[in-house]
Amino acid sequence: MEFKTGKTLLQLCREKNLPISEIMLLRETEISQMGREEIYHRMSHSWDIMKDAAKGALKGDLKSMGGLIGGESLKLTSRRVSGEPTACGQLVSKAVSYAMGVLEVNSSMGLIVAAPTAGSSGVIPGTFLAIQEEYGFTDKQMVMALFTAGAIGYLITYNATIAGAEGGCQAEVGSASAMAAAAVTELLGGSAEACFHAATSAISNLLGLVCDPIGGLVEAPCQQRNAIGVSNAMICAEIALSGIRNLVPFDEAVDVMYRVGKGLPGELRETALGGMAAAPSACALCGLCN
Amino acid sequence: MYSSKEISVFDIIGPNMIGPSSSHTAGALRIARLAANMVKKPIKHVTFILYGSFAMTYKGHGTDRALVAGILGYDTEDKRIKESFRYAKEAGLSYEFQTDREKKDVHPNTVDIFITDEANEETAVTGISVGGGRAEIKKIDGVEIDLSGDYHTVVIKHRDLTGVVASITHILSEFSINIAFMKLYRENKGAVAYSIIEADDAIESSVVEKIEELPSVYQAFLIEKL
Repeated sequence: MEFKTGKTLLQLCREKNLPISEIMLLRETEISQMGREEIYHRMSHSWDIMKDAAKGALKGDLKSMGGLIGGESLKLTSRRVSGEPTACGQLVSKAVSYAMGVLEVNSSMGLIVAAPTAGSSGVIPGTFLAIQEEYGFTDKQMVMALFTAGAIGYLITYNATIAGAEGGCQAEVGSASAMAAAAVTELLGGSAEACFHAATSAISNLLGLVCDPIGGLVEAPCQQRNAIGVSNAMICAEIALSGIRNLVPFDEAVDVMYRVGKGLPGELRETALGGMAAAPSACALCGLCN
Repeated sequence: MYSSKEISVFDIIGPNMIGPSSSHTAGALRIARLAANMVKKPIKHVTFILYGSFAMTYKGHGTDRALVAGILGYDTEDKRIKESFRYAKEAGLSYEFQTDREKKDVHPNTVDIFITDEANEETAVTGISVGGGRAEIKKIDGVEIDLSGDYHTVVIKHRDLTGVVASITHILSEFSINIAFMKLYRENKGAVAYSIIEADDAIESSVVEKIEELPSVYQAFLIEKL
């Protein structure tokens, strides 16, 4: 069940008539010494942590280590439930509040699942939990969708990078967004092929996004980048589910993302020396260089 | 990035960790935990010297709390990490942090850890955080080594003499341990050497005890798979 490219994975899905999630779970049974039940159980534990993290910031009283963020998830939620017309609809608004909440939990030394990284840890829980609550998917369906997300993340890790220091934010939030987009597409009944189209769109839409953490901390602009990762995932899933196709296949898009990342100057790859981190107001907040 | 090991779905959806940073928090914890594995007696005091990005941003990433938590043996999911200073105090462990922002020829996330145990014996370990929560130990007491905690590992400190490695592998085969990797590191010929054995399956502590009975072995440590 081994695959190193999206093309091979898609062939496997067609040959076996199985969704991406199932192929990824089978692959894990082959490369690990764990059985199917144990692997499922472990992923279920990760899903529980994600749900707690997504709602953790709604309890309030979280203080981020760097003091640059805090309280955003509560503000978004208060507005959403107030009856005021939302600018992006209930589903996206909810997903954004959850995603930004995970970053609050993360920055206050709470428990999260790096998916694929800590800096992008809000995208998958935010997207998943809002979709689950809106459409009533079971936890089992959500856990299986994490394997779909994992398959996309694995392919990006193997063929490119998920590290901001190597590829910029496009490698972190862009990858998380592609993972979530494919998973949502599978959940809503899309074919394996449609899942790859969703992931490709997600990568393409966030191509070139730089990693520029203010003060070198995983707080801002990371938190709002997670919000864009969530909305991008949902938009790309919707595009793919409508039968719209990309001109460039997934494997090529991954390669493009990698090359764009390598081409980014060092200042824009997690060093906090460029981008938003180097804006005068950001520098005034940080003071590291003094 | 993952040359020696297949990428698991849990490397991607994971690790489960206390934030905020896989490299600066989870990775830092793992370095300290690996270092603490190389000290047998209870640890009394630890001095950490932080370099590169660790030195610049450790407070905002909770790197200091994570390092202390690693010495206490916590895993990356442990909710006590945030309050590790308090738990260290309760455990009678003292610690201090120093930063070196001048040294440039080091990996950006490097820490030197000087451990003093209750018998006042000192152990010096250098570790780096290589991303995604993964850690590597690069030096023990001045000898350059390579240790990741990706496997069940035995670290053996011994005299650099003919036949020592053969007697170690003999014991391993007696216990039917399938070696994945075996590496030998030494500073000078005939002086102290370190053998590092990585295995796929868990290693019992009786193996380590048996290795320590060998005449040319100073100490052997079992390093848990992280």
